[in-house]
Amino acid sequence: MTSITQNSVPTTTRRPVRDEMIAFGIMTVVLAVVPFTGVYPFFVMQGLCFALLACAFNLLIGYGGLLSFGHAMFLGTAGYVSGHALKVWGLPPELAIVVGTGASFCLAVVTGLIAIRRQGIYFAMITLALSQLLYFIYLQAPFTHGEDGIQGIPQGKLFGFIDLSNATTLYFVVLAGFLLGFLIIYRAINSPFGEVLKAIRENEPRAISLGYKTDQYKLLAFILSGTLAGFAGSLKVFVAQNASLTDVHWTMSGEIVLMTLVGGLGTIFGPVVGAFVIIAMQQYLAGFGQWVTVIQGVIFVACVLTFRRGIVGEIGHLFKRSL
Amino acid sequence: MDINVPALLAQLLVGLINGSFYALLSLGLAVIFGMLNIINFAHGALYMMGAFCAYFLLNLLGLNYWWALILSPIIVGLFGMVMERTLLQWLSGLDHLYGLLLTFGVALIIQGVFQNYFGSSGLPYAIPEQLRGAINLGFMYLPVYRGWVVVFSLVVCLLTWFMIERTRLGAYLRAATENPTLVRAFGINVPRMITLTYGLGVGLAALAGVLSAPINQVRPLMGADLIIVVFAVVVIGGMGSIMGSIITGFALGVIEGLTKYFYPEASNTVVFVLMVLVLLVKPSGLTGRAT
Repeated sequence: MTSITQNSVPTTTRRPVRDEMIAFGIMTVVLAVVPFTGVYPFFVMQGLCFALLACAFNLLIGYGGLLSFGHAMFLGTAGYVSGHALKVWGLPPELAIVVGTGASFCLAVVTGLIAIRRQGIYFAMITLALSQLLYFIYLQAPFTHGEDGIQGIPQGKLFGFIDLSNATTLYFVVLAGFLLGFLIIYRAINSPFGEVLKAIRENEPRAISLGYKTDQYKLLAFILSGTLAGFAGSLKVFVAQNASLTDVHWTMSGEIVLMTLVGGLGTIFGPVVGAFVIIAMQQYLAGFGQWVTVIQGVIFVACVLTFRRGIVGEIGHLFKRSL
Repeated sequence: MDINVPALLAQLLVGLINGSFYALLSLGLAVIFGMLNIINFAHGALYMMGAFCAYFLLNLLGLNYWWALILSPIIVGLFGMVMERTLLQWLSGLDHLYGLLLTFGVALIIQGVFQNYFGSSGLPYAIPEQLRGAINLGFMYLPVYRGWVVVFSLVVCLLTWFMIERTRLGAYLRAATENPTLVRAFGINVPRMITLTYGLGVGLAALAGVLSAPINQVRPLMGADLIIVVFAVVVIGGMGSIMGSIITGFALGVIEGLTKYFYPEASNTVVFVLMVLVLLVKPSGLTGRAT
């Protein structure tokens, strides 16, 4: 079986760490300047949450070769739990984030133990089915308010003095959260753990024969990915001030896959670019109604047929850089 | 606990009907997976197209249900073959996951187009005259159309099984799955066989769509949520054998029906819960080969 990212990872790398440092610097500066340029901050904040989500997803598929088609369940679970903690329990924001992310962590442990029992497309179908199971649970559970979702969630004051209802303040808090998650993923990829993960992606039987307990590595990657996806979901609650069923529905999982595919599977910056491209598309094409779905489908097909490296992957390939 | 026999039997019947759809759809998926190594995510969308095809045949051309039963699978099957020739064939040799992603994109396109023209509400499709009414079985009234769906899909499933497992064409098919290069050396046109197989699998999905049109309304998203349940059925059954997917499909429909009677809150989730339990005990699925 050929690896899913065989075509997407540039094989020639030249001083990869320095390239990545420069790219990271550019990304940070651009994102830090954004609130002062007149771009709608809500849009960028939403983009940051989805970018983190896509990065977390990419950790699993791009480096572990595991296609999760149910990542929306982590986004939605953390969103519901954080939203409930803020609104009903009246917890301060920092604790609400911890509780929400913790809920996704627990979910990732349980679903990961079940899902890693099968590989390839079966893994994708199992994660999809598990997320649909959760969708129906959230549809019926009283605390999620079914179709209405949790509305009007208060933003509160982070650590008691950072007022999150101020758009600029909130922006920098979300940006800080995104960068934290991004660096955790970056660190994980460039650690011995990440190297083993890549070895599993390329040739699992060989990794097993070398003595690695590959299931443990895959489970750990799944937990890390699910937890960070949950962290993105918790942050998103402060931006959108609601938590609803759309975040848990399987079409959301499909969108996460699309974001990563467009940006570049197995590239570090690809999911960030892909997330912003897809979010921008939804924002500016909203007037076309259901045609947006059709356009997304066309992009899916085009990416798989002709453009498997994605935007960042193609750029990296062009300049023979690993991004 | 008191058991209300008519209500229980009614739920069992609903379960059997859902089971027929699961069986027809997972059978089609198994046939396609066997030859193309692709999990056809577009299966739900093609099932929906089958139902819409019946609707168009009736309302645009005045062709009734019986014509639809024959023509819909052929029309949608041809559409599938074009899809295989133009899109799917470029994926051979790549990771299975790309097939899943490509067909997911196709499903989005098809559903988006239909939603754009027909919204999300359902279009009615009347039960054909010959199949209206109900039969008194003594212990319950059986609506004729529902009985027809169960019997007809069972027959189609068994015919498909017979064709693949007991005929020469089926033998070629299975041989081509095992070793396409060798079968090609015997002078058999394997790419054409792959195209026809995809058409057959898609035709089965469309047939399920026609059968479901009079029961469930014709809606653009009718296949979208169904397909996830069918995936769970596939994980439970394991897609190891054709018969396995048929039996698993019907059995899970019945279990779902029983749950609806005894504990309705869990009826949406019971298939997924079963999937988890089966995975914990036997990860390769009930009839599956170990991977």
